[in-house]
Amino acid sequence: MRQPSKSQAPLLQIEDLSKIFHIRQGFSSQEFHAVDRASITIDSDKPEIFAIVGESGSGKTTLAKMVLGMETASEGTLRYKDRVINDIGKREMKSWFYKEVQPVFQDPFAAFSPLKRIDSYLYETVRNYKITPRKKGKKDAGEYINAVLGEVGLTLAEIAGRYPNELSGGQAQRVAIARALITKPSLIVADEPVSMLDASLRMSIVNMFRKLKTDNEVSVIYITHDLATAFYAGDRIAVMLRGWIVEMGTTEQVLGNPLHPYTQNLKTSIPSINTSDAWNEKIDLAVIETDEYTRTGCKFAGRCPAVMDICHNNIPPSVIHEGRSVKCFLYDDAAAKLQDAALPA
Amino acid sequence: MAAIIETSNLRAYYITKAYGVERTVKAVDDISIQIQEGEVYGIAGESGCGKSTLLKVLLGSYQPPLTVVGGDIAYHLEGKTIQADEMTEEQKQDLRWRQISYIPQGSMHVLNPVRRIRDTFHDFIGAHRMVTKKESFKLTASYLSDLGLPEKVMTSYPHQLSGGMRQRVTIALATILWPKLVFADEPTTALDVVVQRGVIQMLKEVQQKEGSTLVLITHDMGVHANLADRIAILYAGKLVEEADTETILQNPRHPYTKYLIDSLPSLESREERVSIPGRPPALDQPPAGCRFHERCPLARDICHTIDPDLIEIAPGHRTACHVVEEELSHAPAV
Repeated sequence: MRQPSKSQAPLLQIEDLSKIFHIRQGFSSQEFHAVDRASITIDSDKPEIFAIVGESGSGKTTLAKMVLGMETASEGTLRYKDRVINDIGKREMKSWFYKEVQPVFQDPFAAFSPLKRIDSYLYETVRNYKITPRKKGKKDAGEYINAVLGEVGLTLAEIAGRYPNELSGGQAQRVAIARALITKPSLIVADEPVSMLDASLRMSIVNMFRKLKTDNEVSVIYITHDLATAFYAGDRIAVMLRGWIVEMGTTEQVLGNPLHPYTQNLKTSIPSINTSDAWNEKIDLAVIETDEYTRTGCKFAGRCPAVMDICHNNIPPSVIHEGRSVKCFLYDDAAAKLQDAALPA
Repeated sequence: MAAIIETSNLRAYYITKAYGVERTVKAVDDISIQIQEGEVYGIAGESGCGKSTLLKVLLGSYQPPLTVVGGDIAYHLEGKTIQADEMTEEQKQDLRWRQISYIPQGSMHVLNPVRRIRDTFHDFIGAHRMVTKKESFKLTASYLSDLGLPEKVMTSYPHQLSGGMRQRVTIALATILWPKLVFADEPTTALDVVVQRGVIQMLKEVQQKEGSTLVLITHDMGVHANLADRIAILYAGKLVEEADTETILQNPRHPYTKYLIDSLPSLESREERVSIPGRPPALDQPPAGCRFHERCPLARDICHTIDPDLIEIAPGHRTACHVVEEELSHAPAV
């Protein structure tokens, strides 16, 4: 058995990572924090599925793009296997980092060109990363590709020579995952990989991520707005709201017993198939999304059922409570004392 | 309660002819349903099972290559029975939006991007009633505030609103003339959970306020559980099971429905969930016999050759499966 040693560097370490966009209106310019000081660590000794959930416009995709090096971070550091990758050279990015970290995107039909045969992407990846010796040529590559496709439940014969439109959505997404597996990555970043698929196909893809984790020892960052599959597949989860990580911990803890009012709101909003659990109370929706981004104080204050005076003007700290981190004044002892003092006895 | 719309043995095929090759896609094949006045009728199934085609035909808004090749549709509106195929274009125009309304799929993209929301509403109301701009603005403002939408929406352009807000505006637009029958095609797909909940809440409110009939199409069983009174399950153009929501979710009989319910993840357990093996058949050459037999764990010889009939196995519960039929015939009569 492998001993978890302290000296072993984490697989991915995100420290206070921020992405700031500037919105210009006339001569004035407004800062817009799409991701605001996010910190996540994924250990290398045990593969895991790390789920990131949140509504649209919560910054989950921007965070994923920064991890993939498709977007440069405005602040903070990003370490992969103990190397800072913020400003790593382009060549090394290609030869080392992209071999280690591979993406899977939302819409498989948008990811593959409709004019190219789908297996050409697999051959190209093998060639670009020199996975099989070039001398041996196409036959060897074909064998390797067939083995990788086997991991996702396909064979090369099934897809050889086909164009993307000849495949179903589930098949195309499997090919996209197989393409990501070709370089034998340690981390896959999957951005909403199942949201374009039917409920029945969804489970087959999510089951595959679970299998890859145990069989191939691949860690997965699974980004989704579907809490049910996040709970089903994820080992740990981070809930994002307007660029903040508001709650982070193991999925059992966070979704089993959510502490942050936003997570609670999310959990009760999942349509349950038990008709007895139908929603009774009404909820308020955010009116204009950008207003929430530019809010001073807590971004959820406008919709929070447990809002306090302090929330409107102060940014809540991230506190560790019941084994997970929560960004809320409700669980901050100092704030609770202040609030008690303010209340008439 | 009386039926507001019924179909009998409805068949609608996409018939295309290119370079002498004829291709027929049987998207709606032999469907008989009755939708009662004032209920929420859910239609569920995977993509490509004919849900949207059925809706187009029910609405009477289809063009070649989609052709109705058999069966008929009857509307029962204002005490009259109208056969859909006998309707003239004027009659259709008169019925549409005023009596029968439609919330299209991806309806957040249907609003005119260069007109303010209130002007879109005015165009819409003005086409059906003699109103001045002032009157229609007043009507719109009061209806939007009834539905809990902020006043700011009136003067906004569509791009200024979020996806969920646009979706709710579209629902308001489709229901402002108090139609008796509303069709909604995937109204919450592509929205995240909190917004989805808001939209469902609003659909429910509109339906209950006016006692109108809502036909809801979505593949999300969770949405059906929260909204529908009865659910029909479609598979490859066929109606395979129909019952009230409770029965479909708690006691489904057709193997396909069982799969559909069992594959749903829940927040209660993380146990491995099975997904349906295989994939839906292509509808231009559907398999012989029961269309589900290739993926069915219970398939017998008879399923490969003979198409099962839709039979009533309990009051209000219909299903089309040889295995269920057989079980029932062996069961002692109660």
